[in-house]
Amino acid sequence: MTKYFDYAATTPTDPRVVEEMLPYFTEHFGNPNSLYTIGRDAYKALEDARERIAALIGARPEELIFTSGGTESDNAAFISTLNRYAPDGGAHIITSAYEHHAILEVVEWLAKHDHELTIVKPRADGHVYADDIAKEMRPNTKVVSIIMANNEIGSINDIAAISHVAHEGGALLHTDAVQALGKIKVDVGELGVDMLSLSAHKIYGPRGIGALYLRRGTRFDPLIKGGGQESRRRSGTQNVVGAVGFAKALEIALDDLDAEAIRLSRMRDYLIDEVTSRLENTLATVESDPRLPNIAPLLIKGVEGEAMLLQLDNLGFSVSTGSACSSGSLEASHVLLSVGVPQEIAHGSLRLSLGRWSTQEDCEALVDALVPIVERLRAMSPVYEKMFGSEGYM
Amino acid sequence: MLYSDKVMDHFTNPRNVGILEDPDGVGEVGNPTCGDMMKITIDVADDKISDIKFQTLGCGAAIATSSMVTEMAKGMDIHDAVQISKKQVADELDGLPAPKMHCSVLATDGLKVAIDDYLVKQGREPIAGEIKSSDPTFDPHEDEDIELDDE
Repeated sequence: MTKYFDYAATTPTDPRVVEEMLPYFTEHFGNPNSLYTIGRDAYKALEDARERIAALIGARPEELIFTSGGTESDNAAFISTLNRYAPDGGAHIITSAYEHHAILEVVEWLAKHDHELTIVKPRADGHVYADDIAKEMRPNTKVVSIIMANNEIGSINDIAAISHVAHEGGALLHTDAVQALGKIKVDVGELGVDMLSLSAHKIYGPRGIGALYLRRGTRFDPLIKGGGQESRRRSGTQNVVGAVGFAKALEIALDDLDAEAIRLSRMRDYLIDEVTSRLENTLATVESDPRLPNIAPLLIKGVEGEAMLLQLDNLGFSVSTGSACSSGSLEASHVLLSVGVPQEIAHGSLRLSLGRWSTQEDCEALVDALVPIVERLRAMSPVYEKMFGSEGYM
Repeated sequence: MLYSDKVMDHFTNPRNVGILEDPDGVGEVGNPTCGDMMKITIDVADDKISDIKFQTLGCGAAIATSSMVTEMAKGMDIHDAVQISKKQVADELDGLPAPKMHCSVLATDGLKVAIDDYLVKQGREPIAGEIKSSDPTFDPHEDEDIELDDE
């Protein structure tokens, strides 16, 4: 049985969610846009899911557009609004250097298509500051997008303060809340956002379903065009079974949010404390609150992340790394570099992310497995002593 | 991206790890910014590699290719060993995923540098030619002459 430490990548679907979904594959299979009974039943299930999710994030049902997931929601947040607010280009957009690729790839593309782009760096404590956004605002700034909680280092940003800055400058504020949802409170009213991206598979729901919250009155040109579903904002026959699962998954996650956050943060702190005390030349990437309860971001100096990952996998542990070698590029994780981690050290990153089925026992087993692996890899390294030993330069 | 069983075997149980005492030749290549470093030490008798050991900082493919190149080179005449190509190393490992092909450059280059180091110490002419990966600005992805494994 694999010991899973990569809940930030994806989660197993909760059996209670699967149970709720099953009838919609077979019995209630209708197209929600059909007028006969089984179509209407599917429509009711879809709208019921929409109402439940909307209520849980403080939104109105009509403000929620179902999408294929976080990536589509992020794409639409920029492209769909700019197509209306600045159809001929010339808009200025602001985002941060440690966004998900679903944002960064889109803004780079927009910058090549007649829009202006500013990328703000997070500070070394892992947070993006409203003051740093305020300095970059221009008269033509149309969209500001800052991630709510970072997927690699877990830092949580003050989205309410950033929304305020964006609105003062006349811009829309979007946040990618994919990692935040189900771990901390997400309320669109309190956050003051105009758009917010969500995904089900990070919260024990199915893959292939997500949502974009779009504040009433926000102008929006559909990214996916066709039959005009989702009030003409996202075409394609709706994923009813996915929406039903998404709603159930969110209800379960929020039902137990505070107690689960405490349980997870204890294990997170255990992992950080235990790894950094038992292994020299290790540290937490960031430890500045607020941060997600379930992500322990570690830097293990003098080893390469992929080698660590594969050795742990041999022993049945699934973990993640921001090393370049794991991605096939030479650049280490853009997130780690953005908060000032040098390349040489970023190669040894280890992201442990916890979730519903994580146990203290598994955390202890992981550390017991990790320590000799790191010692062995360091002993194999031609430069460990030179770089990190008593006379080392790093 | 999948590693072959042979890569996983050499990565999990690398052969010839360590440093030889008073080696006849030493080769060090790679740079820590790129993430991969390799050091290879050789002993030579009658121009044959009589013993060889390596140390590598790097990913699974970097460690496996280092291990494989030491196995291939052991007992070989230095004039043959210097000819070992990255493609041969990859083939011996039943292939490498395309984004990892560059890792085998490090292993063969480390060996070449060690052989030249031995020859120069002997007062003889080096035979390996240009070694790109010992240059700190070397980008292995620029190396386009690699035939990618279709598997």
